[in-house]
Parts: sequence; structure tokens; C-alpha cells
Amino acid sequence: MNLTLRIWRQAGPDAPGALTRYQVSGISPEMSFLEMLDTLNEELILAGDQPIAFDHDCREGICGACGMVINGQAHGPERTTTCQLHMRHFRDGDTIDVEPWRAAAFPVVKDLVVDRSAFDRIIGSGGYITAPTGSAPEAHATPVPKEAADLAFEHAECIGCGACVAACPNGSAMLFTAAKVVHLNVLPQGAPERSSRVRSMVATMDDEGFGGCTNTGECATACPKGIPLSGISMLNREFLRGAGR
Amino acid sequence: MAVSGVVMLLYLVFHMLGNLKVFFGPGDLNGYAAWLRTVGEPFLRYGWFLWIARCALTAAVVVHGVAAYQLSRRDLRARPQKYAHQRQRATYATRTMRWGGVILALFIVWHILDLTTLTVNPHAEPGHPYQNIVASFSTWYGGGIYCVAMLALGLHVRHGFWSAAQTLGANNPRRDRTLKVCANALALVLTVGFLSVPVGVMIGVVR
Repeated sequence: MNLTLRIWRQAGPDAPGALTRYQVSGISPEMSFLEMLDTLNEELILAGDQPIAFDHDCREGICGACGMVINGQAHGPERTTTCQLHMRHFRDGDTIDVEPWRAAAFPVVKDLVVDRSAFDRIIGSGGYITAPTGSAPEAHATPVPKEAADLAFEHAECIGCGACVAACPNGSAMLFTAAKVVHLNVLPQGAPERSSRVRSMVATMDDEGFGGCTNTGECATACPKGIPLSGISMLNREFLRGAGR
Repeated sequence: MAVSGVVMLLYLVFHMLGNLKVFFGPGDLNGYAAWLRTVGEPFLRYGWFLWIARCALTAAVVVHGVAAYQLSRRDLRARPQKYAHQRQRATYATRTMRWGGVILALFIVWHILDLTTLTVNPHAEPGHPYQNIVASFSTWYGGGIYCVAMLALGLHVRHGFWSAAQTLGANNPRRDRTLKVCANALALVLTVGFLSVPVGVMIGVVR
């Protein structure tokens, strides 16, 4: 496959950036999107140019490190992470636009790398259970209803990649925060800190400069893990419930 | 946004049902309009109920507008740099919430000037809403403005009702589908109900 890429190049956080055009040839349809970028980077390095910086780690769709906006869609045209997007979903001769996540709360570090530590601070403000650590407790010590376990697991699938923020026209982090709050709040282990967790995590989310939710549903459409949009409603219910406590 | 929106939605349902009395003739509609002024008597004085409702609705409109403005400001700040590759996002109803809301606000001003203060009404006879309605909808602009506004209203309600349920925490994975069907049904019923009056005048059912 021969492709024309228009990739966002930005030398540093305060440097001006621009879409730069590259030609790549000899791309096989079995390559992942990141392998295609690796190929381009090898050529750039051989030519003495700066390679394109992008985040990646596990390359099997479970770590949430990679992520870029491909042709205006977070993680590209398939409902998966960028590392699991394969070049067979593009056609020979295509022009592909590649941009970093765009949000005030996710400043660009370099090229396609953004600083997602705002997510870490949201987690740090309540996305955990205060419990003594040590060996794992006996599995039957705390019974969990099947329905609660399913709901918690559905929301626990979030890998924190940030596609929801990138896809949201408002740059809102509601789906991410909802995933974490619902995951812990429906479980008996998370119940004691239920109210303080939601209040503190929502406050941090607001302080980080994310936008407000207008329920456009773009986040859930882009989410590679299929976190349901109704999770945001459950977050709102937890927030209303926790506000008076 | 959600609470003020629900207040206005409840009002719209009663307003639409009241409007349908136009199909029972001038006596029914004008009688209904006169009754609205005597609701609550003798606890309330003549016309007080109407003024209480007007104050509550004005408050709801103002709260809705201010909240929309604040939310929009915040949302624009959260994405200072736009994507170079723009793509059509969400449904038409969702994308048109902001401008649709502005259109509806302008329509409310026109609607009050037309049928409450009668400033721009071609008939303009206080206490005879039936005749005023027929006169207004008999002009091309009166009927046209109303029809466009009601289509905008339907789109606004389609996203707004579900969105309000979502904001107030009424949604969950099992209820999502039902709520979306309810939003579509409510939007359709309100639009058809409101549109039936100008259409009735235009095709001569209401004279």
C-alpha cells in the first residue's frame, strides 16, 4: 500500500505545530497503524530527521497508552485502540490525517504525545478503595450480587486512554470519571467512601479544565472498551446522592 | 439545564393540549382562555394564576439560557485548538441544540408579541384568542414562523428530554432504550400537536 500521511508535528509544548505531509510505500495491510508509523520513523531516522513521537506500550489493546485522532476519529475508523487498528481498514492511495488528542486538559508534549496526567489526578482524588493491603482477602468474605459485579466489570474495563475526551466536542472527561466512579460505587467494597469519592473526583475533573457534558454520546462511540453512555447518568445519580452528605 | 428544561416541557404538554381546543370552535377556546384567568379563585385573584405561571416560565427560560451560555463557554475553553480534520458529529438534533435554542428564544419573543400582547397580530382583539389565532396563521409569515419554530422545538425536545433524564441520573444501561423511545415519542407528539393548529387554519378546518 502507498499512503499519504498528514501528521501533526510539534517540537515541544510551547512550539508551534503544523500538519506535515509524508509519503509511505510498501505498507502491508496486516500492519497495525503503529507499525506503519514505525516504518515511517525508520525512514525518517535514516534520512537524519526527527522521528514522530507517539505513545505506545503493550500494543495489544489493553494498556491505554497509545492513542491518536485518525481522520477526525479517536483511534481511527474501527472501535479499538490505535495499536489494534490494522492498515487493511484503509485503501491504497488514501490520505490519512493524524492529530494528537485535543483538549485543554491534555497539553501536547511533542508531536502526537499528550500529557494525560489530569486523568491520574482524577484517580488520585478517589479512584481507589481505602483498605489495608497485604495478602488477598478470602474471596467469599464479601458477597457481591451478580448484577453489581457485572455492572462494575463493565465499567472497570476502562483503560484510561483518553479517547472519550478526544472525541467529545466539549473535551469533557465525564465518561472516564463515570467509569471509575460506577466501577467502585456499585461494589460493597466501595460503598463506605461512595459519597466522598464522587464529590472529590468530580471536583478534580472540573479543576483540570475538562469541558461540561452535553450528552452528545461521542465518547461512548469512540471508547475502545465500550463503556456505556448511561454510565454518565449513573455518575450524575451518585453525584446528586452524594451532594447532601 | 435539566430542571429548567423539564419545567418548560411540562408547560408545553399542557399548552399543546389547551391549543387543541381550537378544533372545538371559538366558544370552547375562548372559554378555556377566560377560565385560565379565574383558576384558583377565590384563593387567587383574577389573572393571578396566569401571572404566577408567566413568572415561573420566565425564570425557567432565563435559567436555561444562562446555564446554556455558561456550559458553552466552558466547553469552548476545554478545546482551544480544533481538529484540522473536521467530521460530522452526533445526530442532527444533538448538533443543533445551541442554535435551535436561540431560534426558539427568538420565537418566544415573536409568539408573545403576536398572541399575548397582540402587538403584531393582524386582528388584535383582546379576549378573543380564537379569532387572533386564525388571523395570525392566515398570513404567510405568521404560519411560516410558527411551523419552522415547531420543527426546531421537536428537534430540541428529542435530544433535550433524554439528555435531562441522563443529567438527573434517571438513566442506566437497561433503561437507555426506553428513554430514547420516550424522547422521540414526546418530540413527535408535541410537534404534531402544535403544528395541527396552523395546518388546520391553512387547510380551512379552523376558520
